[in-house]
Amino acid sequence: MLAKRIIPCLDVKDGVVVKGVQFRNHEVMGGIVELAKRYADEGADELVFYDITASSDARVVDKSWVRKIAEVINIPFCVAGGIKSVEDAARILEYGADKISINSPALADPTLITRLADRFGVQCVVCGIDSYYDEATDRYLVKQYTGDVNRTLITKWTTPEWVEKVQECGCGEIVLNMMNQDGMRKGYDLKQLKLIRSLAHVPLIASGGAGEMSHFRDGFKEAECDGCLAASVFHKGLIHIPELKDYLRNEGVIVRD
Amino acid sequence: MSKQKVTIIDTGVANLSSVLFAMNRLDADCIISARESDIRNADKLILPGVGSAVAAMKSIRERHLDDLIVNVHQPLLGICLGMQMLAGFSEESMSQGTDAVKCLGIVDGGVRLMKVPGLVLPHMGWDQVDHDGSCPLFKDIPSGSYFYYVHSYALDVTGHTAATTTYGQTFSAVVNRDNFFGTQFHPEKSGPIGHKLLKNFLDL
Repeated sequence: MLAKRIIPCLDVKDGVVVKGVQFRNHEVMGGIVELAKRYADEGADELVFYDITASSDARVVDKSWVRKIAEVINIPFCVAGGIKSVEDAARILEYGADKISINSPALADPTLITRLADRFGVQCVVCGIDSYYDEATDRYLVKQYTGDVNRTLITKWTTPEWVEKVQECGCGEIVLNMMNQDGMRKGYDLKQLKLIRSLAHVPLIASGGAGEMSHFRDGFKEAECDGCLAASVFHKGLIHIPELKDYLRNEGVIVRD
Repeated sequence: MSKQKVTIIDTGVANLSSVLFAMNRLDADCIISARESDIRNADKLILPGVGSAVAAMKSIRERHLDDLIVNVHQPLLGICLGMQMLAGFSEESMSQGTDAVKCLGIVDGGVRLMKVPGLVLPHMGWDQVDHDGSCPLFKDIPSGSYFYYVHSYALDVTGHTAATTTYGQTFSAVVNRDNFFGTQFHPEKSGPIGHKLLKNFLDL
């Protein structure tokens, strides 16, 4: 049986791993390669590296750390942040990343998704979606440039519409970042996840809000996600991956040994 | 034992660094090349693969590698698309309205879009590989072990199938004919178990 994936997310800023609450107030968590290696050894199924400054800054960001990760770890990993062109993606894949994830640049130009899928195959192209629950209108809305509080804006897209659009364009996997939950450790937004699951015919990864082991179980069993992504619970040692996998196995979730 | 000389065959379309890094971790003397002498002089050959079957086969023919690959005597390992290229044909191009692309024809069967009612495609993530212990790549690797997959097309189960995985349908996870081996999964991305499989290949 295809195993459900546990995916630690490492937010990278200026060459170190950081974590903030609701995308703000970043605190340094450790070195990139050292944390990547630790998670791979502990049984993480995949890793995601978000260069969180990249899309907001106009500067060209040095991505040579991608190669260092690829040399050391032997599980798949995805790089996100600042990929604005086919050339940007080609460089990161040449360094040894397995997938690239695009977010703000896809919103600016959805044809980028198609160009990436045509060149590298759909399996390489992940779309990250920063989804915000707007209580006033009771809708899920897509935000752009969330890496920089001063530039963050609400797009014209509702999350369900954007999910349909990215799949039409050739996206091979969706990471749904539920912004209201991010860093709060109160669980994933299951209502939203189930809605998006019903629309997604590509793998769906839940992101934002994991705080306890039961939250992962709910993401897999209730919302039927393919992967659950989390950051602070792993970085702060609140949840250890081997224990999490034992727990999930006992709860009847298929996980890799 | 002296260092194994490994040539990763440069098909011109694939991203090769992951396989190269995996060989470095195994302390192999590994190069990426499409030169005939580098292919002939290697102890082991790897046919990697990312991209589309059409582009890969076109590139192989343009580089005149097809006859060379079919006739090599050293152990050769095709990975993912590299494994699919060992088959008779691939239907990967057919969504664009063209005919199936002819592949190298080393192992039986064809490559087709997976039929997975109710499941998502691509088949992406860690899945179990079932084998009967007879294929030397699986020395000290239990049947049912997890390997990392990323694909939407798969090779039929035939007489050359050495291991299978079931995702909606049962397909060839590993093929073997004589000195030719192929894995649909990515051993270079499959953690310690994948490392072990690649070591078994180098030990052949």
